[in-house]
Amino acid sequence: MITNLQTVPNTNSYMNYVKAINWNRLNDDKDLEVWNRLTSNFWLPEKVPLSNDVQSWAILTGEEQRLTIRVFTGLTLLDTIQNFVGSTALMVDASTPHEEAVISNISFMEAVHARSYSSIFSTLCSTRDVDDAYLWSEENEFLQKKSALILERYNGKDPLRKKVASVFLESFLFYSGFYLPMYWSSRGRLTNTADLIRLIIRDEAVHGYYIGYKFQKAYAQLTPLEQIDIKNFAMNLMMDLYDNEIKYTESLYDGVGLTEDVKKFLHYNANKALMNLGFEALFPPEICDVSPAILSSLSPNSDENHDFFSGSGSSYVIGTSEETEDEDWSF
Amino acid sequence: MSEPLLVYYSSESLNTLRFVDKLGFRSLRIPISPKSPELKVDEEFILICPTFAAHDGRGAVPKQVIKFLNDSQHRDLLKGVIANGNRNFGEYFGYAGTVIAKKCNVPLLYKFELMGTSEDIENVRRGVCSFWRTFNKKNTHDVCYA
Repeated sequence: MITNLQTVPNTNSYMNYVKAINWNRLNDDKDLEVWNRLTSNFWLPEKVPLSNDVQSWAILTGEEQRLTIRVFTGLTLLDTIQNFVGSTALMVDASTPHEEAVISNISFMEAVHARSYSSIFSTLCSTRDVDDAYLWSEENEFLQKKSALILERYNGKDPLRKKVASVFLESFLFYSGFYLPMYWSSRGRLTNTADLIRLIIRDEAVHGYYIGYKFQKAYAQLTPLEQIDIKNFAMNLMMDLYDNEIKYTESLYDGVGLTEDVKKFLHYNANKALMNLGFEALFPPEICDVSPAILSSLSPNSDENHDFFSGSGSSYVIGTSEETEDEDWSF
Repeated sequence: MSEPLLVYYSSESLNTLRFVDKLGFRSLRIPISPKSPELKVDEEFILICPTFAAHDGRGAVPKQVIKFLNDSQHRDLLKGVIANGNRNFGEYFGYAGTVIAKKCNVPLLYKFELMGTSEDIENVRRGVCSFWRTFNKKNTHDVCYA
C-alpha cells in the first residue's frame, strides 16, 4: 500500500528511503489536537462492568432481546467495515504523515468497538441467539445494502467521495442502532451496556469531526464546479442511505412501536453528519425533535438548562470575576 | 453604539465562524495563531466559544480563549457566554461554556452543536437582542429589529 511514507526510488536496491514521522514538525495542528483527544479517550470494554446488566437483560422479552442482539450485530458490521476497509481506504489519501497516524488510531478503536459488542454478547446472551443474529445480518437486505453503498465509495478512487462515505457512516448510519441502548437506558435497563455504547458514541463524534474537517480542507481547494459536483454526490448518497435507513429502521423497530421516534433521531444525526462536512442541515427542526428522554440518555448527569434565553434557565447573579491565570484553567 | 458585539474563537474546522456569520451581529475573532497580534476589546461583548473537552472535561476551553480572558479588562466586559460542541460528549457537551461561566461569573446563555441549525440561529439572534437590552438600556441597534 502506498501511503504518506515518501519513498525515493532507488534503482540499485529493492529498498526505498522513507521519512520518519516528526510530531514536532506539524503541517496541520489539527492532527496533533485530534491525536491527543483520541489517545486521552482510549478505553477497553473490560473497564465496563457489563455483568451488572445480567438481571436487567433477563427482564426483557424474547422479542426485545432479539431486537437488541440484531441491532448490536448491525453495529458490529459497520465497525468491521471501518476497521477493515474504511481506514485503509482513507489512509492512502492522507495529506500528512500525522493524518495517517490519526487514522491508524481511528482504525484500532473501530476494532475495539467491534470487539465490545462481542463482550456484551458473551456476558448477556446465549451463543445460539447470537449465531442466529449473525446469520440474520448476512441475509438482511437493508443492512447489506447500506454496507454495499459505503463499500462502493471506499473501493473507488476519489479521496473526497471516500471521506463523505466515511463521515456518513460514522455520524449517521450508526444511529439507528445507537438509539436502542439509549432507549433502554432511559427506562433504567441495560445501563452498563449504555455506558459502554456512550464511549463508542463519543469516539465516533471525533472520527466524524476529523474526517469531515479533512474533507472540508480538500473541498476548499476545488473549483466551484467541482464543489457543486461533490456536494451533489454527497446529497444523493445521503438520500440513498436515508431511504435505506428508514426501511432498516421499520424492519427492526415496528414490532416494538419505536419507529417514529427512531426516525427523528436519524434526521437529527443526518444533519450533524452534513455539518461535519461543512454543509447546512437538511432536515427541518420539526422532524428532528428527538425525545428528551433520549437526549438526556445521551448526556446523563448534564442537568443544566442549555437555553438561558428561553427564560427557563436558572438566574445568575452577575458579580465580580476572579483573577485568572493559565494554570487556573483546567487543561 | 449599543449594537450587540460578539467575540468568538473558531478553529480551522470553522464551525463557530459559520455560526457567527449567519447571526449577522458585529463580531471579532480571537486569532488562532499565537504569532498573530492579540485581540484587544474595549467594549461589552458576548463570547462564543467551541469546546474541545477530553473525557473528563479537561482542556475544554481553547488556550487562545484562556489567554484572551486572562486580561482582566476582557473579563470585566464579558456579559455572557455561548458554547458549541457535540452532544455525543455527554455531560461535557459545550463544557467550555460551563467553565467560562463559572470562572468569570457570567451566565451561560446557550449551547448548540457543531455549526448550529437554523433553529439555533433564530434562538440566539432573538436571545442576544433581548439579553443585550437587559443591561444596555440605550438604543439597541436596528439589527435586533430586522
